Amino acid sequence: MSFSEDCELKEIQKLEGHTDRVWGLAWNPATGGSSGVPAMLASCSGDKTVRVWQQNSLAGGSFECKAVLDETHTRTVRSCSWSPSGKLLATASFDATTAIWELVGDEFECVSTLEGHENEVKSTSWNATGTLLATCGRDKSVWIWEVMPGNEFDCVSVLQGHTQDVKMVQWHPSMDVLFSCSYDNTIKVWAEDGDSDDWHCVQTLGESNNGHTSTVWALSFNAIGDKMVSCSDDLTVKIWSADIVRMQSGDGTERWKHLCTLAGYHDRTIFSVHWSREGIIASGAADDAIRLFVENKDGLVDGPMYKMLLKKDNSHDMDVNSVQWSSSDKNLLASSSDDGTIKIWELAYEI
Amino acid sequence: MAPSLINANPVVYEVKDRRTRISTTVVDEYSVEPIDEQEIFDHIRDIKDPEHPYSLEELKVISEEAVEVDDKKSYVRITFTPTVEHCSMATVIGLCLRVKLMRSLPSRYKVDIRVAPGTHATEAAVNKQLNDKERVAAALENPNLVNMVDECLAPSYD
Repeated sequence: MSFSEDCELKEIQKLEGHTDRVWGLAWNPATGGSSGVPAMLASCSGDKTVRVWQQNSLAGGSFECKAVLDETHTRTVRSCSWSPSGKLLATASFDATTAIWELVGDEFECVSTLEGHENEVKSTSWNATGTLLATCGRDKSVWIWEVMPGNEFDCVSVLQGHTQDVKMVQWHPSMDVLFSCSYDNTIKVWAEDGDSDDWHCVQTLGESNNGHTSTVWALSFNAIGDKMVSCSDDLTVKIWSADIVRMQSGDGTERWKHLCTLAGYHDRTIFSVHWSREGIIASGAADDAIRLFVENKDGLVDGPMYKMLLKKDNSHDMDVNSVQWSSSDKNLLASSSDDGTIKIWELAYEI
Repeated sequence: MAPSLINANPVVYEVKDRRTRISTTVVDEYSVEPIDEQEIFDHIRDIKDPEHPYSLEELKVISEEAVEVDDKKSYVRITFTPTVEHCSMATVIGLCLRVKLMRSLPSRYKVDIRVAPGTHATEAAVNKQLNDKERVAAALENPNLVNMVDECLAPSYD
């Protein structure tokens, strides 16, 4: 697919309600689009709450706050993620717990609290089938939980290997291979041993293999899962690739290779990257801007492999902490910021 | 026995006179007056050292030269100088500077805080920690640390 450069990010709506910085965002994957269920977005904040926003079903309408999940976390809620079925929401908090929420009737109920991390939990991620949940935190560890019947979660593995604060965990979009990125500047790839049910680190992407030179804040995969993008305090975005066919036939130990580095585009820390199913990479950074990147199909042999499609300056009044493409509406992007707001953007093409 | 101090006998320096700001005869009350180095310095000069009853200015941890401002870009950088190379208080001092500026400056400002090059044994680690806003946010949810910072920021009446 090629992308027209005659496009712009139009602000559709600004969602207000949080009383502190908004850290994370997650679109409910089972809502919106042709599912018949109005689109749903969760946001989490330094105000210790999670808000669930739902699109008014009338006239493709605006987003409204459907629920405020409070009185469970006692400190900042750093990130949130929906299970693939969209039925459960996991929220990671600085209070050292991860809460699991379920929509029961018309209310979200906290149905489980996962304890074990020594201090701040920073990220959660569900695997593609919704059978495993990963968490990570400041205690340098990554935990894998098995989802059992009756909203029980059993810890199946505690992964040590990072030497610092783990900022984010993310499962591969189709396989049970887990990725984590850290304040120690590395990305680690974790896979299960064929027979022993033991998880271990199969690869470390660090400075010695063209990796980042400062904190890696986030990573995301393209739709197929043969490419990964990462962003860092070193002001670069990096693209990684792996042979998906060998990956699918092997045991998850297929090596990831550095494909290219997008340097010179960002002036301050990049907190978030998200790869859309259509192939557009969005980045959110501490310079208040949102940028979009696409693969460069100009066909020049020495040309860059990725190029910037657009930059939206002052997209927020303060740092942009999260950018997330809608899982159902390909032109919809949500962003969250230190300014306490969430914005819904539409990628509009000029004809 | 009292806990031993990291720097038991710090050198105390004379402080700069407080300059009265030159009042430009502003006719247009809506004109924007840019924030400058002197104004930022005035915000932070009286922060107390975590260990000693002296201000950061008296200990030469900061000076007006430590402040760089680009008002147009809403950018501030503070470069502070710990009193000793192994000062374990460096991150607390940096945190005090950050909190004070967070409370004093408009939210559009981006603030970088670092130790002066070559003045601290673990300079890179201190700088990284002070500029990781997630760790700063977590630290500021720690009541003990917040008390410590608030004590350093408490106004002194002399």
